[in-house]
Amino acid sequence: MAYITFRGIDFRYGPKGPLTIRGLDLELRRGEFFMLVGPSGCGKTTVLNILAGFEAPTAGELLVEGHAVTGPQRDRIVIFQEPDSLYPWLTTLENVEFPLRVLGVSRSERRARVGEALRLVGLRGHEAKHPGQLSGGMKQRVQIARALVLDAPILLMDEPFGALDAQTRIILQDELAQIAARTQQTILFITHDIHEAIFLADRIGVMTAGPESTLKKIVEIELPRPRTRGSAAFGELYEHVHQILSEEVRRVLRREDSLL
Amino acid sequence: MIQGSRSRLRGLGYVVSVLLVLGLWQFLSSRAIIPLLFPSPLSTLHVGLELARKGQLQADLWASLRRIVAGFALGSAVGVVLGLLMGAYRPVRLLLEPYLHFLRFLPALAWIPAVMLWLGTGEGAKIVLLAYTTVFIVALNTMVGVSRVPRNQVRAARSFGARRSQVFFLVTVPATVGYALTGMRLAMGNCFMTVVAAELVASDSGLGYLIFSSRQWMQTELAFVGIFLLGFLGLIADHAFRTTSTRLLWRYEGASRSRTAL
Repeated sequence: MAYITFRGIDFRYGPKGPLTIRGLDLELRRGEFFMLVGPSGCGKTTVLNILAGFEAPTAGELLVEGHAVTGPQRDRIVIFQEPDSLYPWLTTLENVEFPLRVLGVSRSERRARVGEALRLVGLRGHEAKHPGQLSGGMKQRVQIARALVLDAPILLMDEPFGALDAQTRIILQDELAQIAARTQQTILFITHDIHEAIFLADRIGVMTAGPESTLKKIVEIELPRPRTRGSAAFGELYEHVHQILSEEVRRVLRREDSLL
Repeated sequence: MIQGSRSRLRGLGYVVSVLLVLGLWQFLSSRAIIPLLFPSPLSTLHVGLELARKGQLQADLWASLRRIVAGFALGSAVGVVLGLLMGAYRPVRLLLEPYLHFLRFLPALAWIPAVMLWLGTGEGAKIVLLAYTTVFIVALNTMVGVSRVPRNQVRAARSFGARRSQVFFLVTVPATVGYALTGMRLAMGNCFMTVVAAELVASDSGLGYLIFSSRQWMQTELAFVGIFLLGFLGLIADHAFRTTSTRLLWRYEGASRSRTAL
């Protein structure tokens, strides 16, 4: 049985807004790394926000382990693209500790779990710094540590590396691959970057161009781990995913042209 | 090195500017036809020192300062609580917003007669007027601060399982501190205006009274002594407010980039 099930999901903003997602069906397996790619504006983030419980679907059914999603819950932690979800008045240590404070965990246990999470993302020695004193890559590490500290079974990552420079992005991808292998969490990850998708994913879901977008195709990535970028098999998969995706991107471009 | 010499240069600039204005003032007053109407800086200083020797200057200064601190603190406390509640809870906002926008255009001066009728001419009336002049600007700034809390900060907290009250105390309140402080700084200026007005109308102490009583004794110097002290007090108060808030609350102030609502 699927771990997470989207069944016939429709979504529109407000009662009269245009239908942005139509009839989305998607099943996620427990412990898999699922990548969602698609042309800009196709509603990838909306899908993630629905699973996070931030947005309610207009129609359809969303189940996690057979239970309907009714709102945000601590079994599904979000890592946002912008680091503005970090609390600037708290230090790195206090930010990572925040979910445990909400939960009411004792101070000594908090410190132990935070130490472990910080070590996992390589932030040891930066505990006392505030987000404003950290680089973009380090801020995203803080977000990841803050998500890990709760041991949530599901991670929702909304283009977390999208705003980083190419070198930092590759380093963080490597680290995330190791973390995911260790923690066995179920991860829904949104990206524009096909390389990133193939490097990290067990499966890649390609969405159609919006509005009224839905899932177009799922590609299984059966490359052995740890993966290396640039192998022949990697290149073939890249071409394959690129082709499916570029059809949709071209549809968006054609529509924009006809509007001019 | 460069920074040091730059700030020294700036200090020098201030000194030169002040000396120039004082010199000009001294020169003009020496040309004045009736010195009584336009006292020189030296005679103003003389009268000021005389007053200080008698202890009256300190008493007036202290009286005004005490009123400002009490009214400002009371108004800020009420303003912050109101602003937070109005920002975070829609029913509270709907209930109170019309009054906020109506009253904030009514200066405390307009209320002086009514407040005197209700509360008399004692300290209570003055503190209420000062609190009044503080509360709206602080409430409005705080309320705007609440509406500008980044959405992802709230969403993150909710995904960690935070209850509404936890979101309020752990996210909304600290994220709004910078806005509240800006509102308080603006309100401080209002307090100085209002304290003078209140003391002019009904008081036998304070810098406002000092300024006003100069007319009675035909001692224009007294007015200038009062004006100078008020100006200095304002400068010092603003500086003190800024330094203590950046020293104690810098981590919150950095939280919001543009904090001014008005």
